[in-house]
Amino acid sequence: MEGLLPDLDVIRKDFPILERTLAGGVPLVYLDSANTSQKPQVVIDSMVDQLERHNANIARAMHQLGAESTEAYEGARDKVAAFVNASSRNEVVFTKNATEALNLLARTIELGPGDNVVITEMEHHSNIVSWQLACERAGAELRWFGLTDDGHLDLSNADQLVDEHTKVVAFTWVSNMLGTINPVADLAARAKAVGAYSVVDASQAAPQLPVDVQAVGCDFLVFTGHKVCGPTGIGVLWGREELLNELPPFHGGGEMIETVTMARSTYAKAPHRFEAGTPPIVEAIGLGCAVDYLGHIGLDAIHAHEQTITAYALDGLQSVPGVTVLGPLDAAQRGGAISFELAGVHPHDIAQVLDSRGIAVRAGHHCAKPAHARFGVQSSTRMSSYLYTTPAEIDALVEGLHQTRSYFKVA
Amino acid sequence: MSTDLDALYQEIILDHYKNPHHKGLRDPFESEVHHVNPTCGDEVTLRVHLADGPRGPVVQDVSYDSVGCSISQASASVLTDLVIGKPVDEAMTIHQTFLELMQGKGQVEPDEDVLEDGIAFAGVAKFPARVKCALLSWMAWKDATAQAQSDSATTGGDTA
Ligand SMILES: Cc1ncc(COP(=O)(O)O)c(C=O)c1O
Repeated sequence: MEGLLPDLDVIRKDFPILERTLAGGVPLVYLDSANTSQKPQVVIDSMVDQLERHNANIARAMHQLGAESTEAYEGARDKVAAFVNASSRNEVVFTKNATEALNLLARTIELGPGDNVVITEMEHHSNIVSWQLACERAGAELRWFGLTDDGHLDLSNADQLVDEHTKVVAFTWVSNMLGTINPVADLAARAKAVGAYSVVDASQAAPQLPVDVQAVGCDFLVFTGHKVCGPTGIGVLWGREELLNELPPFHGGGEMIETVTMARSTYAKAPHRFEAGTPPIVEAIGLGCAVDYLGHIGLDAIHAHEQTITAYALDGLQSVPGVTVLGPLDAAQRGGAISFELAGVHPHDIAQVLDSRGIAVRAGHHCAKPAHARFGVQSSTRMSSYLYTTPAEIDALVEGLHQTRSYFKVA
Repeated sequence: MSTDLDALYQEIILDHYKNPHHKGLRDPFESEVHHVNPTCGDEVTLRVHLADGPRGPVVQDVSYDSVGCSISQASASVLTDLVIGKPVDEAMTIHQTFLELMQGKGQVEPDEDVLEDGIAFAGVAKFPARVKCALLSWMAWKDATAQAQSDSATTGGDTA
């Protein structure tokens, strides 16, 4: 099949979990990578090595181990800076996850009555609720782009939505539910034209597309470590250096200060301004190793692989009677997460039958309730592939769906 | 694969799923609740109508509207079969028995005399992710019944 990663067999061997069997001795077919990706051995090893040989606190430890830890942690920052093509390493702030990065922005960007924030109807809850809270606090207005019937952003009223009172335009690059790839550079330009900040949620994009913050032209971009083959507990906020240094601090504590007296403090510049307390050192090192790993394989090659698998999966899913795919049907316009319905069977029940065959998918609203509501769907089943997914695994899914229909007697 | 799956999806469950009993919202009722399973979005709206019986209040009717998986739908259907017409005390005991079965991790032997079709859910207890589905309507019913009783207590007990 053209477009697949050439060394797929070798890549699969990098991921020890893919060798696992599940109850009944069935092999694992992991189609839940949009939820969290699996981890290659190098990432696991990098974290174990840090714990076994170099463990010490960073920055504040005046000894050799402290220096090694600091170097590894700051080295991870360099790797992430290269991964998103940041113009400076100071633009990379480590957070706990994408959710925390979005909340950091929603807490620190100043909003007031009369201001508005524009989001979209296809956001993950983390990019909705954080702005709802911010708008409620400030008395600002929350607005959003609607969706077209084929799962794209409806930009027809963009000029009314994004106006001179807009302070923030926050949007996902790739939808975790519909798979849609959004025109992020256009949206960032729109924000810029009215003097608003643009915030890109790259949680689903960073795993599978080349991310170049300078080419996108956005002000802020976030993603989460565990979806890019890194560990949980680590996320990234990238922001333009001068903007980060204008924002007030988020959490107060150690490492984020310049000097502290009992009456007041002055704050460090980014990134340390936003990294109060001992950070997730081991996790950051694991993330650095993960983005290196992806960079080594090549994001263009990974993107081509994802599109090939997605096209194959779209064909396969639509060959199952009663399946309705949500979102764009053209693989070129979407990422590797496909949500679908199967007439007569609830997503929970689908996921359960598939699980009994070793196939892991997600069932529910995928933290995108408004997007589901937009399409009149209460919940859906989502399969999501990644760089280690094979066509044979898609075949197993399709076969499992046929089986599901006969099990629930809808065939 | 099918043995585990069949333990979960007993015929009785699939029958209740295809033909749910007592479904639909009805009048009269003293309380209505809306419960959601936040992880999967399954929802139930449930009403309780109590009446005075010779030995305390009786569950006169339980009506509901719900969206969700086979387990949550079938369990609402079985719940209504089990509690409608029973004194509230007895219905609460059935509720407790069902709860213990569901929380028993598959180690509790179900009592068919008490739970009737409800014993079909014994297999669900082995699937931690599905226990919440089975309990959704049961928790809604307990909540609604408590509300109906406290309302009648505050209004002097003459509304039932
Ligand atoms: C588009 C999108 N944004 C944000 C998130 C939140 O990621 P996390 O839960 O790691 O903060 C996710 C993950 O589910 C996502 O898919």
